[in-house]
Amino acid sequence: MHVSPDQLNATFAALADPTRRAILARLTAGEATVKELSAPFAMSGPAVSKHLRVLERAGLITRGRDAQWRPCRLEAAPLREVAEWAEEYRRFWDASYERLDDYLQHLKEEGHHGRNE
Amino acid sequence: MAATSNAGETTFTTPSAREITMTHVVDAPRALVFEAHTSREHVPNWMLGPSGWTMPVCEIDLRPGGAWRFVWRKEDGGEMEIRGEYREIEPPARLVQTECWGGDWPESLNTVTFEEEDGRTTITSTVLYPSEEARDRAAATGMKDGWAAGYESLDAYVAKL
Repeated sequence: MHVSPDQLNATFAALADPTRRAILARLTAGEATVKELSAPFAMSGPAVSKHLRVLERAGLITRGRDAQWRPCRLEAAPLREVAEWAEEYRRFWDASYERLDDYLQHLKEEGHHGRNE
Repeated sequence: MAATSNAGETTFTTPSAREITMTHVVDAPRALVFEAHTSREHVPNWMLGPSGWTMPVCEIDLRPGGAWRFVWRKEDGGEMEIRGEYREIEPPARLVQTECWGGDWPESLNTVTFEEEDGRTTITSTVLYPSEEARDRAAATGMKDGWAAGYESLDAYVAKL
């Protein structure tokens, strides 16, 4: 795989903010304007535009040329780099924690409370 | 950034360029959850990753400076080993340990905290790499020697971010 460290850094910085992650999640459903993206947040248009600029610089979104609307579109490639990195952990721990849920249930039924109480 | 999750779900976030944080809520008191993470009797029963794997070796020397080593055996007979050293042990609240996958995989510092409320425990596990360069090496090694992941769709991934 070809990970560019600069690209990864920009992607991680962009993803560190919950509003920006919410914007990306919305864009997986398709293009949207700034107005549409602002709607779910208690935020001004300019504040959302600021987040969009960060996402655009990170290469996570592109914006249309229409001067008035400039719809935003998700760009998948940088996200895939992060996704591939994080995916190894996610697969392992998703499966393990799911098993832990059942295992703890089993321990409780057997009367275990943990040795530190 | 506070990660929240419902019982049974695992939330994954990347709070900085060098970290992955996982949060999972279990329906059990934290003393029991802490023990499940730190006892040879329990770890091989659940910390198994994808189905079909087993953990034939589970060594735990639970004291600061003590070593730990887990070996997983995959369905195809291949094995994978992770080892490290315990740094901080504060039962039942907190566990800090190093983790190394051997070879080119850089050592990370892993912190696990256990917070209990109303009989349920929130497990928060953070994997911190010493540098962005180390993180990139881990990413590259993970891809090359890793678990041959079948990636789910990007949409599903983003929804979890």
